[in-house]
Amino acid sequence: MSEVKFSKEHEWITLEGDVATIGITKHATEMLGDIVFAELPEKGSNVEKDGTAGVVESTKAASDVYTPVSGEVVDTNQSIVDDPAKINEDPEGGAWFFKLKIKDTSELDTLMNKEEYDKFAKETSS
Amino acid sequence: MEIKKTSLNKLHQSNNAKFVEFAGYEMPIQYSKGIIEEHKFTRSNSGIFDVSHMGQLFIYGDESLTEELEKIFPLDLKNLKQNCSKYSFLMNEDAGIYDDLIITKIEEGYLIILNAACKDKDFDILSNLLGSKFKMNLDNNRSLIAIQGPKSVEILNSIINGVDQLNFMTGNWFDSHNQKLFVTRSGYTGEDGFEISISNDKAEKFVENLIEKGAQLIGLGARDTLRLEAGLCLYGHELDINKTPVEANLRWAISKSRLSNGGFIGSKKIMNQMQDGASQIRVGIKPEGRLIAREKTKIFNDTDKQIGEITSGTFGPSVNGPIAMGYVDKEFSKVDTKILLEVRGKKHPANICTLPFYKKNYVKGVN
Repeated sequence: MSEVKFSKEHEWITLEGDVATIGITKHATEMLGDIVFAELPEKGSNVEKDGTAGVVESTKAASDVYTPVSGEVVDTNQSIVDDPAKINEDPEGGAWFFKLKIKDTSELDTLMNKEEYDKFAKETSS
Repeated sequence: MEIKKTSLNKLHQSNNAKFVEFAGYEMPIQYSKGIIEEHKFTRSNSGIFDVSHMGQLFIYGDESLTEELEKIFPLDLKNLKQNCSKYSFLMNEDAGIYDDLIITKIEEGYLIILNAACKDKDFDILSNLLGSKFKMNLDNNRSLIAIQGPKSVEILNSIINGVDQLNFMTGNWFDSHNQKLFVTRSGYTGEDGFEISISNDKAEKFVENLIEKGAQLIGLGARDTLRLEAGLCLYGHELDINKTPVEANLRWAISKSRLSNGGFIGSKKIMNQMQDGASQIRVGIKPEGRLIAREKTKIFNDTDKQIGEITSGTFGPSVNGPIAMGYVDKEFSKVDTKILLEVRGKKHPANICTLPFYKKNYVKGVN
C-alpha cells in the first residue's frame, strides 16, 4: 500500500493497485466535533477530483466531503452511516468513507504527505 | 464593536472552552468533552451554564407598577404571588414577539430575564412604555448561572442551604457568599434545576464551588440540543417579530383571565387568533432515519406544495436521533402527518410529532 496522502479539504487517501481508499482526517473530526450523520456517494457512480462525494454532520453543522482524486466508486463504508460516532473514534482507520477505482494516479502527486499536512492543519486552525 | 466577556470568561478558558460569538459576547460553545457528552452529563448528573449574557432587568415599584405591566404583558400579575415566575412575551400591537422572557414578582417589584440579543432593545421599549415613573436597572453587575440536571438540587443545596424548598417556577433571595443571591427553580433544558443571580466578582468562586461538588461546565452547543429535545423555543429561531404566541403554540403562557377583556399590547390579534386559529403553527418534526434537517429547510406535502419551514434542527443525543421544530400550515399540523423535508436537493420523509421529544423531569412541588 502506498504512503498516506492528504488534501487541503482534510481528506486522507491511500492507494492499493488502482483502488484508492478515502476518509477524513483526525484533525477534521476534531474541528467538527461529535459526528452524528454521514452520507456517502453511490456505488458505481463517478466522482471528479475536488468534487463533493459525501456529507458529514456534527451536532453543530453540515460539511461536505470532497474527493481528492477522480474515479468510479467501487465500495462504501456502510458501518459509518449506521454508526457515525465511529468517525470520531477511528477516522484514519476503520472509519474510511469510500473506495475509488482511479484512472490517473498522477492526481495524487499534488497532495500533501503527513508532515506537510500536519503543518498545514496547524497553520490553518490557529 | 469590541466583543463582550462574562465574568466567567477566564474560567471557561482554563476549562478548554471553544468559543463562539453569541449576541456580541464571547461564549463557550463546548468544552473538551464535546456536545454529546455534555448533553448526557446534564441529563444524568448536573451541568453548569454561564447565561450571564442574558439581561437581568429589575423594575422597582408597587401595585401601580403591576397595573402598568398588565397593560404590556398577557399575564394576571395582580394574582401572581410574590416570588413566583411566569414565562411571557414582549409584543408589538400585532402580537409579533420582540422577546420571550421570564418575569418574577419580587418584594421590590419585578425581575425580568431577557435574551442577550434583545435586552437593550427591550429596555428601550419598556422605558418608553413605563415612562420615568419606575426605576429600571438592566443590571450588568450581576452574573447569571444556571445549574441543570437531577443532581443539581443536592449540589446547590450543599452550598446555598434551603434552595431544595423552592417549587418549580418560584424564586427567593438567599444569603450566601457574603451577599444576597436571587435563586429561581427554573431553566431551559427540560431538567430540574436553578438559575442563580450573583454579583460578578463572586461568580467565578461560586462556579468553582459547584465544580468541586461534582457539577460540570456545559457549553451553548449542548444547551441548544437540550432545549430542542425539551421542545422549548429559542428567540431568533422559533420566535421573532413576525410570529405571535398563538402561532408559536404557546397559548398556555397567556393568562386565561386576560383573554376576556384584553387590554395588553397585542391583545386584539391574540384574541382573534385564539378564536379563528392561526394559519401557520409551530410543530415538532421527526425526520425518518438519521437525516438532520437544519434551520430554513423547506417542508413539502406529498403533492410538492411547500407547507412550511424548519426553525431548528439537530441530532438529539438523549433521543438518539434527529429532531426538529418548524412552522407548517394549520391543516398539516396534526400529529403523525407525513411531510417531506428538502435537504441538499432531495426530499426526505418526516412526521409531525408531539413535543417535547424528551420527557421533562421538573419538580412540580416540594411543599
